[in-house]
Amino acid sequence: MKLVFERSRAGRGTQYLPENDVPRRLPKAQLREKKLHLASLPETEVDRHYTELAKQTHGVNDGFYPLGSCTMKYNPQINEEMAALPGFTKIHPLQDADTVEGCREVCDTLEKYLCEITGMDAVSLQPAAGAHGEFTGLLLIKAYHRERGDVKRTKIIVPDSAHGTNPASAAMAGFDVVSIASDDQGCVDLESLKAAVGEDTAGLMLTNPNTVGLFDPNILEITRIVHEAGGLCYYDGANLNAVMGIARPGDMGFDVIHVNLHKTFSTPHGGGGPGSGPSGCKAFLAKYLPGKGAEGSIGDVRSFGGNFLVAVKALAYILSIGREGIPAAAENAVLNANYMKEKLKDIYPLAYDRTCMHEFVICLEELKHQTDVSALDIAKAMLDHGIHPPTMYFPLIVHEALMVEPTETETKETLDEAVRIFRDIYDEAVKNPEAMHEKPLHTPVRRPDEVLAARSPVIRYAFED
Amino acid sequence: MGNYIPNTPAEQQEMLKECGYSGFDDLYRDIPESVLLKEPLDIPAANSELSVRRIIEDMAEKNVVYRHIFRGAGAYNHYIPAIVNTIADKEEFRTAYTPYQAEISQGVLQTIFEYQTDICELTGMDASNASVYDGAVAAAEACEMCRDRKRSTILVSGTVDPKTVSVVKTYSFGRDVKVILVPEKDGVTDLAALKELLTPDVSCLLIQHPNYYGNLEPMEEAVEAVHASGAKLIESVNPVSMAVLKTPGEYGADIAVGEGQPLGMPLSFGGPYLGFMATGHKMMRKLPGRIVGQTVDCDGNRTFVLTLQAREQHIRREKASSNICSNEALCALRAAAYLAAMGPDGFYETAVQCSSKAHYLQEKLAEAGLPPVWPDQEFFHEFVTACPDPAKVLGALASEGILGGLPLPGGRILWCATEMNTKEEMDRAAAIVKEVTGA
Repeated sequence: MKLVFERSRAGRGTQYLPENDVPRRLPKAQLREKKLHLASLPETEVDRHYTELAKQTHGVNDGFYPLGSCTMKYNPQINEEMAALPGFTKIHPLQDADTVEGCREVCDTLEKYLCEITGMDAVSLQPAAGAHGEFTGLLLIKAYHRERGDVKRTKIIVPDSAHGTNPASAAMAGFDVVSIASDDQGCVDLESLKAAVGEDTAGLMLTNPNTVGLFDPNILEITRIVHEAGGLCYYDGANLNAVMGIARPGDMGFDVIHVNLHKTFSTPHGGGGPGSGPSGCKAFLAKYLPGKGAEGSIGDVRSFGGNFLVAVKALAYILSIGREGIPAAAENAVLNANYMKEKLKDIYPLAYDRTCMHEFVICLEELKHQTDVSALDIAKAMLDHGIHPPTMYFPLIVHEALMVEPTETETKETLDEAVRIFRDIYDEAVKNPEAMHEKPLHTPVRRPDEVLAARSPVIRYAFED
Repeated sequence: MGNYIPNTPAEQQEMLKECGYSGFDDLYRDIPESVLLKEPLDIPAANSELSVRRIIEDMAEKNVVYRHIFRGAGAYNHYIPAIVNTIADKEEFRTAYTPYQAEISQGVLQTIFEYQTDICELTGMDASNASVYDGAVAAAEACEMCRDRKRSTILVSGTVDPKTVSVVKTYSFGRDVKVILVPEKDGVTDLAALKELLTPDVSCLLIQHPNYYGNLEPMEEAVEAVHASGAKLIESVNPVSMAVLKTPGEYGADIAVGEGQPLGMPLSFGGPYLGFMATGHKMMRKLPGRIVGQTVDCDGNRTFVLTLQAREQHIRREKASSNICSNEALCALRAAAYLAAMGPDGFYETAVQCSSKAHYLQEKLAEAGLPPVWPDQEFFHEFVTACPDPAKVLGALASEGILGGLPLPGGRILWCATEMNTKEEMDRAAAIVKEVTGA
């Protein structure tokens, strides 16, 4: 379809502002000479443009979205209405404290609830996304060791199954990354961990349940080993949805965490953001938290207090589901995942065949070997059935991986229908493997040439004049 | 009570049974007994939607909403056409994840491509990413783009927004990079001091234009000095000012960054906002975060995809150009929709009115006894006045429902005017000030 710039006709447009009621004044120098190209469209055309684009976008409300590790649960509408209240949207972040008591109450209440859910003592809402929270948490660990004069602790241990953001965040915080192997169950290999820790260990980053969807049963042993070596334990809250209200990272031995309000706490992902990745920690690290103005703080990780409207949505969610609803959400997320897993595992081989948490990982190495049909081909075939495919090729320790996370907000019928589609696609793959490379057939566009995109990057529209 | 779990307890039990479990406890056998919570969480019981609405509306009512705002300092009160909210509220955009599956994400991908084009046009640069968390983070990420083994010291002008300086310092604590503040002189960067500080280990200068005080910086001289020393220049700009002011591209800046909030994002107590970043072809592959590119599908149709991913954390892990995964995509969509609605004429008019009204307000405040601190400096839509007793002036304005400028140390106030401020409103504010000062 046309770009907004290709719909544009000079002279068209809608006037939104009244006439200027004061004398026209611009700075005397340093004025722009280069022409500024923006689309000139009447409002009807703007509206239709974006309506067409929306039709070419698959959101949670368009259909099943079992994108592993992303917790694509339903985003309740009340959250949106609460975040749109003028009493929040019209508040300048630099207003005096006595005029923003409501905003403060939102933040304080949410921080308190997040502390309770995670078993932490303090939370900062400033980090704007999960990776931002990771970076923040790692700076807390750095500040802690620095203040103690323990400057030789330069290494962060990260399992090879970790999200890419973990090692990337560790590098940004100035640490060297030590990758340790997982055991044959996809969990932390205790011997590798013992061999890796030492006087140079600043900390360990762990997702639990981990990225293969399993709760690491050795968790207490793992955090003990790291602590005994003098390191701190970081909890990546990406998978908190499986265990919230059931068990708390603070009780597992973790010192620092982040949570993803845009996963676990039902705030929408917005096609990539805004999210919110609050950092939490135990009391002994609290003074280092950002955005609180405390003596010893690592400083700010962004302007102002964070993605405030996202915090409003998360608060609305927690207030809605309450202390009973939080564990119920976790239990049903885990149940839905196990239900799908059991209905698929006779034909879709599991990377680890045991009770999973909120997601499970399929390994299609055998299918690929026998038929040349890849995890990508299977995923692309799902697009023709209105299902957003599972996460592909992650975690890296599973070959031809598909990671399925149904979430608790899907009905049994939706799961049954998805299972039927998954199975039909598998049958087709076995019967007619060649055809699978052509999928999808019925989407607005078909498989893109990604090599061309990267080799000759076209990343903006070129205007003729 | 809404817990958003559709399956009934009976269905849940049936599903458990089908999977061979006798109850939910069976699902959590891997969790050590000592870690399992024994008591319910200490948070309130579930609430009906009506109750949630009451609780949160009560909170919102405790805030003071100002109808008249003369405060900016990094967050700006602009008109947002209704259509921008309509577009950003479309559920397909709002509830989608990062567009990993291009075939069913062309809508999101195309909006980002159009946003990238807008940012390149505003800044006069060649390449934009899909957004970062906010303007301060954009500045910090840009500093990292400039660092290399020989050059690691960052210079930041003393006239950069202190919140941005704080974030750059925090990011630098991570990388163990030195940050040096360049002194200010007469409300702008002290060029002589800058030249002194441009030693061979300096990787870049971060400069803000218009700066924190609203003043226009001596950009040409700054770019020339920085490039002569072999360092790079990062220019932080206000996007609305780009309708009228010379662009970073025209000055020869290496990277342009800024806070995109003025482009259709409400004030919202500080977020979500939008960090934009743009650069030339040379540094394109050093940009952090997502980038959308144009290609074709297997039928030859124009198609948009996430591209240049070899920079990113999911491929490069600890060697990535940044750790960013989630960005501010829906805010980028807002910015693109705002610019499409306003159009070139409307956007230009917005900038003209901002500048016109700020100049008018400066004159009126001067007449009311608050003279400009730097009367000879050119400015866009913010300026600083002297004020012996800011609390008294701002208090008098607040009692009339007006949010005055931001008090700065040393008996000064940083004011801002935008297209939202009418002549009548500015005259009234000036009259209130005059009563306090007795001018």
